[in-house]
Amino acid sequence: MSSKYDVLVIGGGNAAMCAAISARRAGASVLVLEGAPKFYRGGNTRHTRNMRCAHDAATEILTGPYTEEEFWDDLLRVTGGETDEDLARFMIRESKDILNWIVEQGVRWQPSLGGTLSLGRTNSFFLGGGRAMLNALYLTAERLGVDIRYDAEVVDIKVEDGMFLSAELRRPIDGTTEVSASTLVAAAGGFEANIEWLREYWGEAADNFLIRGTPYNRGSILKMLLAKGVHQVGDPTQCHAVAIDARAPKFDGGIITRHDSVVFGIVVNKHAERFYDEGEDIWPKRYAIWGRLVAAQPDQIAHIIFDSTVVTSFMPTLFPPIAGDTIAELAGKLELDPAALEKTITEFNAAVRPGTFDHTILDDCRTEGIVPPKTHWARRIETPPYLAYPVRPGITFTYLGTRVNKQARMLMKDGKPSANMFAAGEIMAGNVLGRGYAAGIGMTIGSVFGRIAGREAAKNARN
Amino acid sequence: MQEADRLMTVCNSCRYCEGLCAVFPAMEMRRSFSDGDLNYLANLCHACGACYVDCQFSPPHEFNVNVPKTLAAARAESYAAYAWPRALSGAFERNGLVISLIAAFSMAAFILGFAAFNDPNVLFGIHTGPGAFYKLMPHNTMAALFSAAFLYAILALVMGVRAFWRNIGEPIGGRADGGSIFQAIRDAGELRYLHGGGVGCYNEDDRPTDRRKLYHHFTFYGFLLCFAATSVATLYHYLLGREAPYAWWDLPVVLGSLGGIGLIVGPIGLLLAKAQRDPALLDDTSYGMDVGFIAMLFLTGITGMALLLLRATPAMGPLLALHLGAVFALFITMPYGKFVHGIYRFAALVRYAQERRHGLNG
Repeated sequence: MSSKYDVLVIGGGNAAMCAAISARRAGASVLVLEGAPKFYRGGNTRHTRNMRCAHDAATEILTGPYTEEEFWDDLLRVTGGETDEDLARFMIRESKDILNWIVEQGVRWQPSLGGTLSLGRTNSFFLGGGRAMLNALYLTAERLGVDIRYDAEVVDIKVEDGMFLSAELRRPIDGTTEVSASTLVAAAGGFEANIEWLREYWGEAADNFLIRGTPYNRGSILKMLLAKGVHQVGDPTQCHAVAIDARAPKFDGGIITRHDSVVFGIVVNKHAERFYDEGEDIWPKRYAIWGRLVAAQPDQIAHIIFDSTVVTSFMPTLFPPIAGDTIAELAGKLELDPAALEKTITEFNAAVRPGTFDHTILDDCRTEGIVPPKTHWARRIETPPYLAYPVRPGITFTYLGTRVNKQARMLMKDGKPSANMFAAGEIMAGNVLGRGYAAGIGMTIGSVFGRIAGREAAKNARN
Repeated sequence: MQEADRLMTVCNSCRYCEGLCAVFPAMEMRRSFSDGDLNYLANLCHACGACYVDCQFSPPHEFNVNVPKTLAAARAESYAAYAWPRALSGAFERNGLVISLIAAFSMAAFILGFAAFNDPNVLFGIHTGPGAFYKLMPHNTMAALFSAAFLYAILALVMGVRAFWRNIGEPIGGRADGGSIFQAIRDAGELRYLHGGGVGCYNEDDRPTDRRKLYHHFTFYGFLLCFAATSVATLYHYLLGREAPYAWWDLPVVLGSLGGIGLIVGPIGLLLAKAQRDPALLDDTSYGMDVGFIAMLFLTGITGMALLLLRATPAMGPLLALHLGAVFALFITMPYGKFVHGIYRFAALVRYAQERRHGLNG
């Protein structure tokens, strides 16, 4: 450990491993420091399942072309313009070759999974999911001779005038050590698992957030870099959140705790009142807004309420719905005021207009005369047993990051490029994804900038 | 069974493993799981281990998802549940002991029988030329004994798989179509699902290999070759009037030798792989059953090969007794040991091929 490495990679997810592999392939000696134990390696990559890459023609696993221009349009729409166009277009162009490059690193593709047909043209799915993808990248890195340390928490970094010197490392087995390297690739993710940090922006509400990934995404490297004068990008107060089952574990519940049954019923808060149009938009947009909506409700809790006629309309869920033969019984189990819930449902039922239900389009089933309205897919809730899923905000990732250029090189506050520091993945995602989300784009950012960061760091170390 | 039900609910809300094998697509065709469904999925699983290595919720995660181990346990329980006659399903408990006792008893019986019915000079004499074996045991006695054992095994296996098929199928007792059977023969023949979705199966760690698949091929095709050798020899005997033993270049000996090598190399490889396998993937309760069956195949192979090599020496008599004892024990324990895995897994593959073609109720 005392020897000096050409490239030090901090982090252990998709971006970190792409950087490590690409630096090693360019001839550099590489050390990867993963803060988590081996099982939890890989940060949010553990829970991913696909990547969004541009391609000009259908492939074995993609049903049709997805041009650079269309990718850019999608990115522009989901971010509402909060993106660096030059960098984003560059990433999209580079994403084309990633489809092949990542396969050369041992990752295998498969067609889109059941229940995700809407992504079959744009997104390539990892065979076996994100952990399978990570396993492949780690095996490749090990085979190439990349050194990897687990449980390796970086507690401090030495940076002078935008130049990385060394990192102080603490491990349970060998205590604190100093690692020096010619270049640094920071690929250590965001701070979504750092409740204290989230509390700075969200107050006590943050205590009721559930974190969808591992407890190791604490953003400590991000915080150190910003403190050392790296230019900040992205809104620090914002994070991506979806509605997940309130019975999910505090950390690492992953994808299986999600709920997408909002459109089939109504959503009420702890006062048994509706608070937003459940029929506003089709998937995936509606999927991405409900986390924030629930976060704004008292005690950050809400309940999706539906009846027995729609149970088979959505994917089976990990936690079974809570059931009651009457509205009052269901209210009791949810610890809601029975009279208030009966009133809400009675008013909702009375407001439902007749229409032809089709959950795949914005149909004509809507309410009239209630606030908020349900503008699509509104059907009466009247067939017992009555069912409910309690939901809380599930925090996926944060937007705050380090500014980079096309070499994935960090930019300092004064606008100058860092001498030897690079960043890839969620830690710099805010450069291209300043807001919103599109499925699989986090992995694109990780692989594209990871590959570039590794290559550039290796080149930098040689000079 | 409860644990299998819980896991399938977890997996059904995730689906990342869909491309790895047949179990997960079959699971996705269902929303809830009857015992028959779970037995079907358990027997569809080839225990390649990929879904364990790839799962973000496997232990130490609190969701504790361990599909290979749980389905292995369910599989072992299903063998007992479908055993015929019901009274003998207890043989699956402490199966290793049962198999060893029967094997030892069977081999001892042949040795004692040979000794009792033969003069020591005959037992330890040198016999060559056509009919040499039958100097120790009359052909008709041998044929009658083994036919009876074999036919009993077939009957018990058919009754077992019939119960399994009825339990997993909808509509009850539905018949399989030719296309699905052909597909299942191909899938079973190449062990398509012992392949981790393309990279190989997992054994001792997170590096995929194809060792188990290779050794299973040795074992399975070795077994088939030995079976073919016996069948050809039977035809020789009754149709051509040619009596065993045959020359080394003759078809029954060539088939039997190749098969015997398979039954020696394969089981050794499988036993070694099992010894090195990550304990997290193993169902401890079926250890004796797994090892017992592999050992029986090995014993059959090694005694057969020894008999071939030493058939012109005084050891031929005792070796013949040992080999016949091993084969007899193999036959009568077939319906009550790990052998049934092949039968039930094949039936599950037929069912799966049918579901993919015609849907759940087709």
